[in-house]
Amino acid sequence: MAGVASGNDFQWCFSQVKGAIDEDVAEADIISTVEFNYSGELLATGDKGGRVVIFQHEQESKNRPHLRGEYNVYSTFQSHEPEFDYLKSLEIEEKINKIRWLQQQNAAHFLLSTNDKTIKLWKISERDKRAEGYNLKDEDGRLRDPFRITSLRVPVLMPMDLMVEASPRRIFANAHTYHINSISVNSDHETYLSADDLRINLWHLEITDRSFNIVDIKPANMEELTEVITAAECHPHQCNVFVYSSSKGTIRLCDMRAGALCDRHSKFFEEPEDPSSRSFFSEIISSISDVKFSHSGRYMMTRDYLSVKVWDLNMENRPVETYQVHEYLRSKLCSLYENDCIFDKFECCWNGSDSAIMTGSYNNFFRMFDRNTRRDITLEASRESSKPRATLKPRKVSTGGKRKKDEISVDSLDFNKKILHTAWHPKDNVIAVAATNNLYIFQDKIN
Amino acid sequence: PCCAIGPPGGADGDDSLYPIAVLIDELRNEDVQLRLNSIKKLSTIALALGVERTRTELLPFLTDTIYDEDEVLLALAEQLGNFTMLVGGPEYVHCLLPPLESLATVEETVVRDKAVESLRKISQEHSPVDLEVHFEPLVKRLASGDWFTSRTSACGLFSVCYPRVSSTVKAEIRQHFRTLCSDDTPMVRRAAASKLGEFAKVLELDYVKSDIISLFTALASDEQDSVRLLAVEACVSIATLLPQEDLETLVMPTLRQAAEDKSWRVRYMVADKFSELQKAVGPEITKNDLVPAFQNLLKDCEAEVRAAAANKVKEFCENLPEDNREQIIMTHILPCVKELVSDTNQHVKSALASVIMGLSTILGKDNTIEHLLPLFLAQLKDECPEVRLNIISNLDCVNEVIGIRQLSQSLLPAIVELAEDAKWRVRLAIIEYMPLLAGQLGVEFFDEKLNTLCMAWLIDHVYAIREAATCNLMKLVEKFGADWAQNTIVPKVLGMANDPNYLHRMTTLFCINALSDVCGRDITTKQMLPVVLKMSEDQVANVRFNVAKSLQKIGPVLEKITLQNQVKPVLDKLATDKDMDVKYFAHEALSGECLPYEYKKLQWSSMLCVLVYARPQLLDSS
Repeated sequence: MAGVASGNDFQWCFSQVKGAIDEDVAEADIISTVEFNYSGELLATGDKGGRVVIFQHEQESKNRPHLRGEYNVYSTFQSHEPEFDYLKSLEIEEKINKIRWLQQQNAAHFLLSTNDKTIKLWKISERDKRAEGYNLKDEDGRLRDPFRITSLRVPVLMPMDLMVEASPRRIFANAHTYHINSISVNSDHETYLSADDLRINLWHLEITDRSFNIVDIKPANMEELTEVITAAECHPHQCNVFVYSSSKGTIRLCDMRAGALCDRHSKFFEEPEDPSSRSFFSEIISSISDVKFSHSGRYMMTRDYLSVKVWDLNMENRPVETYQVHEYLRSKLCSLYENDCIFDKFECCWNGSDSAIMTGSYNNFFRMFDRNTRRDITLEASRESSKPRATLKPRKVSTGGKRKKDEISVDSLDFNKKILHTAWHPKDNVIAVAATNNLYIFQDKIN
Repeated sequence: PCCAIGPPGGADGDDSLYPIAVLIDELRNEDVQLRLNSIKKLSTIALALGVERTRTELLPFLTDTIYDEDEVLLALAEQLGNFTMLVGGPEYVHCLLPPLESLATVEETVVRDKAVESLRKISQEHSPVDLEVHFEPLVKRLASGDWFTSRTSACGLFSVCYPRVSSTVKAEIRQHFRTLCSDDTPMVRRAAASKLGEFAKVLELDYVKSDIISLFTALASDEQDSVRLLAVEACVSIATLLPQEDLETLVMPTLRQAAEDKSWRVRYMVADKFSELQKAVGPEITKNDLVPAFQNLLKDCEAEVRAAAANKVKEFCENLPEDNREQIIMTHILPCVKELVSDTNQHVKSALASVIMGLSTILGKDNTIEHLLPLFLAQLKDECPEVRLNIISNLDCVNEVIGIRQLSQSLLPAIVELAEDAKWRVRLAIIEYMPLLAGQLGVEFFDEKLNTLCMAWLIDHVYAIREAATCNLMKLVEKFGADWAQNTIVPKVLGMANDPNYLHRMTTLFCINALSDVCGRDITTKQMLPVVLKMSEDQVANVRFNVAKSLQKIGPVLEKITLQNQVKPVLDKLATDKDMDVKYFAHEALSGECLPYEYKKLQWSSMLCVLVYARPQLLDSS
């Protein structure tokens, strides 16, 4: 199956858009993370207001057999609240930095959500029965005379409307001095790691009062600081392996079997810099904003400012594939530096079969790359094409010279509309794309 | 008492029903505490309902109440384990299975474990027929459940039903266990691995050899080290079950592989279980295989593993076969131990320091003096206070073998340094060992060298140290007697009553509180009481109300007449003090019976024993 599809196999079409249409976007409504669960049945988003919204996939309806069924709101809850650290005089934002689902373990679903400092484990469960019948009051809630009780009643459970509850099960706090940028559940299903700018901690999912610090890159003298951790992830199958990426564009792979502390890495992935393209911005744009293992565990993908790279875990000296996301911005780096866009942290994701990858860009554009055919496509998440089943038209950005019809010039790109967070259904061709406060869901159109 | 429930016939209510009615209603109260109380009195409810209604109404209701808080579910799971009589005895015990089955699938491990524990308990109350008709199908359902929570719970149930079922069912149970050992999720494989030993114990020896060994080998080479490390534990039980001649072929290859596993966590587990393994495989294999394995663990590249192995040094040596124990220790183990004394990691050194003194009893006087003493002396000078503390706390072992004099020259500087350590918890720890040291070193040495230290702690700037110092004085007096106290410490303690610092003046009072009982009536009345009474005129209110408290505490030691003539007038005066706290405590003292004095034992040292693991981060639970 080719994931990208522009032409003979299939086309991407619009399915749904969530969130308000207002031009006026409230800061709190901006989506800050998107994540499908393992089965793809649930889709979670987190926002800058500390809320988590979970959508559930509805079974296809008989009326509209052409669609795979829609995602509708299943549960909404406030995961994090703004806090103030009085000791350090620091405000702690409620913004959800990451959400990670746990492998399902019973009828309920569990996820981890984190802001800059505190990780929480949430349980999302259903209830469809209610107990009825009291001894001391009657059906209307009126109290009975306690001296006139002639028999005991045991409550009976009666069916009721389905109720979805989200309850916080554990709070993992006080372990991070810097801002948490990643959380990742280990394949042993009992531990997970959390990474901030300088340290990575390993937690047991059932223990909240201690965590183990496995990586610490904080120099004794903070003035010697040259590099920070930007992302970290556990290997999907090998419970002892994890990777973390750095602001210098390198990735370190650590093996927890080797020692209790993983300050020394087992593998170091780095592509030698091309001296001809060196510039003032080289270091900034080489910083890695996201790292993701493929589902197979053989590859990993990293996103830097201008490109996505796929690395074979067995080859450390260069990536096996490199895809340019928006090479046309290379000439614009100066202005992107001035408006801080150059520090945007774009994420990236794999499709279910690892054959295609997706990542975001500006002007509400997002890019997909087919790894087999090497074809790529630029699509746009916009209200204009949001008619049911509307096919997404490929977009093109003109790079100098004459602008052709249907092309958009680099200068007219809107840098305030950026797609940082995207997610791909683990099995199907369904994608979720966060564009500021809107969540777009697209799927393939079966011809 | 209220078994005859149900409408008695007439319209008049039965007021004995009311409390039960409240309990039943509170099963659904919004307040968790009330729900918890009700669940804890579930037997009362069941008794009132009678066996039939318990079976037909209460249990079905409870089966579906798995939405509750963990603590409620935990209490429920526990209660149901003791419910057999309440549902009508063993004949009906299977009625308890549905609620326990649903509890065995919840996500919270403690609840699940408790449900399994109760299931194991009631399995014994099933008749062999019921076991096959009701219990075994439940185990099967759990074992083939969709979610790993139920499959993990199943792992704990095989061993309780296996011995009591027919051979066909036995074969099924073995098959289910085999399936779970190769489950897709590591959670289930871990659960199976941790129950492997227990299951092996109930299996026929032939099946142990055919089935268990292959499962054991598979789990011990699982792709996840979190599973492999649990196989080490199973190794102990399996090795115990097998005849000696089979160990070499069936168990040892796996054990050797585990001791050299690529993952430090597996090697750690081997080190941690070393004494059990040693006992399980017997002296011959120990000599040939375990000695070199242990040497390797002591030299492991991972500090956690070395620390775990260092912890086992004494036990391992103790359990070596006696005929050539000394030779093995001297040629194989001691060289490794010597290296560990100067290990780069302080946890390794302190683990070793906590057991190394035990070697002296095994090796005897000459070897101790020649080989161990230099190590002890080096450790007493270690840069890490924990190492020094661990040596000092185990002095008694050496004392028995070579006498403490050999060490005392080095001991003193070590003690003094610890006593003045910048970390108050280190100072606290050494104070705790003072009475022990005093006992070992004798009164002369103590008076000469250590007494000043003990007095200096009384004016430490940390309260916990001053408090511990007071307690220490009491223990010293218990050891050396009242006469010694009168000459050495009482004058100094009382002298502090004139100190310009009110905190030090209060320390005098605290010391008196602690000492009056052990010093006896004579010293208390003649020397201490006048000082206390005089302090009632102190200008600091905190001192004055502590006088009131002290008077109350030392009261039982004094004679009635002294209380009447000397103590009461002072308390009366304090009762009219301008400060309300002073008044309060004076009234307390006047009205309160003179209660026997009890000194709370200090528990601070337990804080030092916090598990050291990697870089531990103990987090504030705010």
